[in-house]
Amino acid sequence: MAGANKKLPLWAEAGLLPALNLLAAFIVSGLVIWGLGEDPFVALSLMIDGAFGFQEAIGYTFYYATNFVFTGLAVSVAYHAGLFNIGGEGQAMIGGLGLTLAVFLVGGDAPLLAILLGIVGAAVFGGAWAFIPAWLQAKRGSHIVITTIMFNFIASALLAYLLVGPLQRPGGQMPESADFPEGVGLSHAHDLFAAIGFSFEESPLNVSALIALACAFAVWFMLNRTRFGYELRVVGKNHSAARFAGIPVARMMIIAMMISGALAGMMGLNEILGEQLRLIGNFTLGYGFVGIAVAFMGRNHPVGIILASILFGALYQGGAELAFEMPNITRDLIVMIQGLVILFAGAMEHLFRDPIEHLFMRLRRKEAV
Amino acid sequence: MFKKLALTVAAAVLGAGASFAADFEPVLLYDIGGKFDKSFNEAAYVGAEQFSKETGGSFKDFEPSSETQYEQALKRFARRKADLIVAVGVGYSVAVRNVASQYPDVKFTVIDAIIDLPNVQSITFKENEGSFLVGMIAAMKTESNTVGFIGGMDIPLIRRFEQGYQEGINYIRDDVKLIENYVGTTPSAWNDPIKASEMARGQFARGADIIFSAAGPSGLGVIQAAKDTGKLAIGVDSNQNHVAPGFVLSSMLKRVDLAVHAAMTEAKDGTWAPGHRVMGLAEGGVDYAVDEHNKDLITDEMKAKLEEARAKIVSGEIVVGDVAGSNSGH
Repeated sequence: MAGANKKLPLWAEAGLLPALNLLAAFIVSGLVIWGLGEDPFVALSLMIDGAFGFQEAIGYTFYYATNFVFTGLAVSVAYHAGLFNIGGEGQAMIGGLGLTLAVFLVGGDAPLLAILLGIVGAAVFGGAWAFIPAWLQAKRGSHIVITTIMFNFIASALLAYLLVGPLQRPGGQMPESADFPEGVGLSHAHDLFAAIGFSFEESPLNVSALIALACAFAVWFMLNRTRFGYELRVVGKNHSAARFAGIPVARMMIIAMMISGALAGMMGLNEILGEQLRLIGNFTLGYGFVGIAVAFMGRNHPVGIILASILFGALYQGGAELAFEMPNITRDLIVMIQGLVILFAGAMEHLFRDPIEHLFMRLRRKEAV
Repeated sequence: MFKKLALTVAAAVLGAGASFAADFEPVLLYDIGGKFDKSFNEAAYVGAEQFSKETGGSFKDFEPSSETQYEQALKRFARRKADLIVAVGVGYSVAVRNVASQYPDVKFTVIDAIIDLPNVQSITFKENEGSFLVGMIAAMKTESNTVGFIGGMDIPLIRRFEQGYQEGINYIRDDVKLIENYVGTTPSAWNDPIKASEMARGQFARGADIIFSAAGPSGLGVIQAAKDTGKLAIGVDSNQNHVAPGFVLSSMLKRVDLAVHAAMTEAKDGTWAPGHRVMGLAEGGVDYAVDEHNKDLITDEMKAKLEEARAKIVSGEIVVGDVAGSNSGH
């Protein structure tokens, strides 16, 4: 990373490369759309308009982006400690469970307390779910990638069991819980805007977007401005050096994973406490996995993660809007477009990076001559 | 480039505005199984197609990729004041209740669930009556005296298929053994043909020679297994006889197409009314399928018995048992 920075100026690193990657992804998607007999330019304009063209669309885009900020930050905190947490999905599910249990425990008599405890419950349950794989990695050397992915399956099975059993909505047939008590839920953006005299179209965007921003700032502050964050990054860079410097490596790994799990768990704030107001069997919808792509696309920096989240939010919302408008474009094609963006921006970034680095080096040599 | 893009965007927006003219345009929302599932959702699509062919109008449709998109899709079209929103599947019950109470001036038709709101029309089917008939077919046809049932998601609605099937078998003879399996307990059970196919192979290995699957797209796995092992399957919802000719004994038709078509036509004519409508054998809502693909499998003698039973069910002489709570969910 440091070497790459020397080769490329910041504007090329942060602007040109992602733009080229995106462009490549859109060109390939465009070819497929063209092959299906639709106009790729109309599709692209529908997608952009669907993501940013009107207030409701913007609300939805930021609503989806909020999920990705939480899961992206989760991946990145673990990654800075040298751990690859792909259990964001399961941690988010269990976080949602913790949130729901806290809400039902407090009930509708004290809505504010229920909301606050719900937030705490989401973070605590998510963190606790990450603790077990973290402990196994730190103390027993079980590989975190294997254990976290296994814990996704366990979380999913546990949630399905609870939602067709003890937590199922009375008289219901689907795996979902009863509705939250009246008044327990995060305020929506349109209500808040209305309160200060602006009108904003209705959308599921809610207060958790602000909580996500606060989390992003907290993560940045922790990593870059605290001794703890410094130690965490040292552990991530080099275990032996960290141990030699007197840093308790195992404890740092466990704590980093628990912070990561808590962040993933808080995704439920947006989906459950913000919008659905009940626990639904698979509310996480792969957002935990997309968080991996978001973290890497955002270069594991909170600002980058926020930007990448907005991009993915736009892809989700614009994609849904595209599927609404163009009957030939099915939900599977939307997944393909999202996959292409991940492929070009994440997995194949060297496709453009290497030629561009060569170009810049040649230009510099010319200048030197 | 950017200017061109902006122009395209503007053109698209204007174009979209122009197409929002006063033409009646209903909306059809599928459930998680997806549009071309050769079963439940496809039946809904066929009904809407029929409507648009007859009227020369168009309709919009959407395949949600998850249950959480149910509410988003409903709200999106409700906000745009859609002329009628038809949502198919019991999974929509909570979402329709939420959105319909929020948008009281938009008409909703929901299939397979009962929502008691003044702007919602609920259509349910007596699947047990149709399943009764295919149960009779299975009992008349089986040579191993063992038949199978594979349900999709284990919910009361699907238990109702099994109930009717069991009673239909017993109506013919008492010595036929029924093996049952359910693919799962979550909505993903509708979309798992691989697991359904494994279950079917298991049932065939345990002696069953005919399996009725009420599992949406998962049922395609059952039909495939029947074809691979040379046994028989009974399809569901749409006529699936053509999926593997000669290996599909019959299909339990659930005429979602009629329900969707009727709702859209009524809404266009202004005769649409909220409330609950049940479609059973008497109303032509359920049936068994005979066509060129399975005419050699269903003998005239069998047909005579089936028609006799149909008349008795319609007249009320036979009452097919039901399962409590099979259309609730909100």
